[in-house]
Amino acid sequence: MSDINVDEISSQYFDVLKEIGNIGAGNATTALSSMLGEKVDMAVPKVRLMEFKDVGTTMGGEEQIVAGIYLVVDGDIHGSIMFVQRKESAKTMISKLMGMPSEQPDEFSEMELSALKEIGNIITGAYLNSLATLTNLTIFPSIPDVCIDMAGAILSVPAIEFGTIADKLLLIETDFTDDEDMSGFFILVPDAESYGKILKALGVM
Amino acid sequence: MAETIKVGIADLNVCTPPNLITTIGLGSCVGIAIRDKSTKVGGLVHVMLPSSQEVKSNSNVAKFADTGIPELVNRLEKMGASRSRMVAKIAGGAKMFAFQSKTELAAVGERNVEATKKALAALRIPIIAEDTGENYGRTVTFNPETGDYEIKAVGKPVKVI
Repeated sequence: MSDINVDEISSQYFDVLKEIGNIGAGNATTALSSMLGEKVDMAVPKVRLMEFKDVGTTMGGEEQIVAGIYLVVDGDIHGSIMFVQRKESAKTMISKLMGMPSEQPDEFSEMELSALKEIGNIITGAYLNSLATLTNLTIFPSIPDVCIDMAGAILSVPAIEFGTIADKLLLIETDFTDDEDMSGFFILVPDAESYGKILKALGVM
Repeated sequence: MAETIKVGIADLNVCTPPNLITTIGLGSCVGIAIRDKSTKVGGLVHVMLPSSQEVKSNSNVAKFADTGIPELVNRLEKMGASRSRMVAKIAGGAKMFAFQSKTELAAVGERNVEATKKALAALRIPIIAEDTGENYGRTVTFNPETGDYEIKAVGKPVKVI
């Protein structure tokens, strides 16, 4: 399997990745909607290949506090997936899931962190499921881990993993909305070999 | 009016007083501040990975400890700094997610710190202070005039090393 240079992804590959993002996020929206027991809308996801140094700014600055839910992916492909939300959006989702407003707007209780892990599990699971179905590849996600910190620090984790194969990061921005903003970003980081496998399975290389 | 020069991820720059130099949100990355004590020329490099030898995508020298640190030293020398007077302070190298150590890039924060120390030792630049490891992000600001390295983290008091 030849490694591909992610910095030279053609517009055709890019369209395919966008489509995976679209379908994955669509499934994630359905999962989120049934978990929260209410209708959740989704805007068409924006897929962007970004320079590392610009990644922090997409989330409102590198110092913006975000919640990152991170899973390792195994099976036919190897890598990791991250779902990142601004702290406020994460809080909104948690309070909807738990059916009560948060007592501490600035901090996350153990219960809230655990709820957030579950949300991340379901959303990323739905996303990975559609990727597995589309590519016919076996994908096993690990249990999720959650971290609340500065966007720069959280995003450096996938950036570092992707950094071994490229100077850019592929970001899929998904706006989940009902009456409040619950938008988030998916960052799928397959290793170089898996990237090729995904694209090959989709018939684009 | 003093300016604060911003260094991005996998990026480096140099700075002279009264200006400050900063990098925001160091996670597993390491921020290495180097300064010549007498000319007060300073600089900061924000490295992401330990070694440029391990990966194919290595065109950006500031991305790696083994190439970013020598490059910063070169830049400082061009500004009149002398290597024999240089001292370093380092921060970052956190483990943001508990199971990060299970991934292929095992404990990259730790390895970044190790590679940083190795690169500085090879250049005979002593590390006079460090704030590394743990599990939280850091924003750092370096003052080339005083050599103060200010470290901010979410929910923690500001620390100066």
